[in-house]
Amino acid sequence: MTKSQPALQRRKPGGVLAVRARTAVWFLVPALLIIVLVAGYPLFKTISYSFTNASLVDPSIAENIGIGNYWYKTDDGQIGGILVDPKWWQSVGNTVLFAVASVFLEFVFGLGIAYVLNMKFPGQSLMRTAMLVPWAIPTVVSAQMWYFMYNDTFGLIGQGMGAGAVLADSSKVIWAIIAVDVWKTTPFMALLLLAGMQGISADIYEAANVDGASKWTQFWRITLPLLKPTAMIALIFRTLDALRVFDVMAVMLGTNKAAETSMTAFARRSMIDYQNLGEGSGVSVLIFLIILAITILYVTTLRVRFD
Amino acid sequence: MTIQRTDQVVKTTVRPTVVIQSVLFTVLLLVIAAYLLLPFVWGVITSFKPASAIFEGPAKMMAAPWTLDNYAQVFAYPGFYKGLLNSTIVSLGAVLLSLVVGVFAAYALGKYKFYGKTVIMYVILAVSMFPQIAVLSGLYTMIQQAKLYDNPLGLIFSYLIFTIPFSVWVLTSFVREIPNELEEAAMMDGATPLQTLIQVILPVMGPALVTTGLLAFINAWNEYLFALTFMSQNRTIPVVIANYSGSSQYETPWANIMAASILVTVPLIVLVLIFQKNIVSGLTSGAVKG
Repeated sequence: MTKSQPALQRRKPGGVLAVRARTAVWFLVPALLIIVLVAGYPLFKTISYSFTNASLVDPSIAENIGIGNYWYKTDDGQIGGILVDPKWWQSVGNTVLFAVASVFLEFVFGLGIAYVLNMKFPGQSLMRTAMLVPWAIPTVVSAQMWYFMYNDTFGLIGQGMGAGAVLADSSKVIWAIIAVDVWKTTPFMALLLLAGMQGISADIYEAANVDGASKWTQFWRITLPLLKPTAMIALIFRTLDALRVFDVMAVMLGTNKAAETSMTAFARRSMIDYQNLGEGSGVSVLIFLIILAITILYVTTLRVRFD
Repeated sequence: MTIQRTDQVVKTTVRPTVVIQSVLFTVLLLVIAAYLLLPFVWGVITSFKPASAIFEGPAKMMAAPWTLDNYAQVFAYPGFYKGLLNSTIVSLGAVLLSLVVGVFAAYALGKYKFYGKTVIMYVILAVSMFPQIAVLSGLYTMIQQAKLYDNPLGLIFSYLIFTIPFSVWVLTSFVREIPNELEEAAMMDGATPLQTLIQVILPVMGPALVTTGLLAFINAWNEYLFALTFMSQNRTIPVVIANYSGSSQYETPWANIMAASILVTVPLIVLVLIFQKNIVSGLTSGAVKG
């Protein structure tokens, strides 16, 4: 019995536990298979379409045109393609402005609200409940509610507060939409930051009090540094989310104007409304690469860990 | 002792700064509450006002009598019921499938050690943060080829792209929290991994399943891009609300839109309030603990 044991272990490294692990890994197969089918394969197809002149009408008769959707030069020296399309770069610029501004404001407001809600006061749980309301509202519904408030002849903000036709004013429209997004997602940010704050031990603050540190110093020297891991992850999630903005723009601006301020709306218009499957796929691939690059930048420069 | 006590009383009653501070704090709380609730409250008020008064501006609208007409009109609009039905079918379908598949995956990822686990976790996280537009054209042609365009089944399939990674990620963080002793006891009795999962792990996962399912349901219920692209007649609720057409083609039927918006939002808010604790823990474990 004792002699045969090493031989048995060599055949099955790790013994019983490893065998069980190998069985259990099969539990992953359905999830991974579906992910490959619903994400991997369509992504591969989108990339392939981006090198063709496929039309939405009949994608099967597409011709391979190499990088023609991205960049091309005609015989008489004219240059074209998405990469040199100023409208596309305008859309990218506006989306990045939208993402940076709204995530920054959400973070500042979220931090403030989380700090206030972390104090003890009567009605605290009621406030935390109120915070979930904007978060629970569907984006399309909140977009309609704000669209109505922005109306310049009868809306609460447009007429009542005298803001005027903010959605028709090209210098204000992006900020009007940032305001909607900030309102909708600040609670999410506040919730995450509040959870992070509650994880900070009260002993540290007591020690700081004994040392005579002011509340202000405590916030900058204790709360913020200890909140950093939570804050980083919240910021990444929100940035990536903001970069793929579509709903609020599509509802408040309509197909054509949304394409000027949202990369996703630009891609969708080209692909679905103009039925230009090849070019629209090219735009989608660029969006994918832009978001990938930003993610890598975030994760490597800020050394974020997800486990 | 007595000296100290009188000292404290003097502090709280005489110091005016304390009073000012608490007044300022209350004002701050009211401002925050107003900011968070006002747009929604405004929508609620609008939904109870006559359609004609709405076009006369906020002041006249507030003065107008209250009415239930807008709700009656929404209930008389067949597109609204169809939207509710489609949204329910699609969201429930995607969530149930994701929970079934997700429980198995989460058990393997949460309780077993194997080569490549970290990579799989990162791939799943990456898919959940993925821009949906990157798969739109590929998915569109797949759904067309499968003859599932305008079919709830096609939309359910497309929603798995975000409901499955989300469910796996959140459920895994819950499974990790389950004490190993439970599982070890089952192993001693010679239970297979499948038996352990069904008889030991699953019974303690009720709250986790509710939380994950609810959050995934809200995500699916609110989804707009795929719903707009893969359905034409069988619209879901967000598409119905975004394209609500009233009796007149030229006037946006704001009163009806607000009533319909409130009707589809109130159930979500009620659910969120009931499961408040689960939701907060689910959101934070999904995003923060990782």
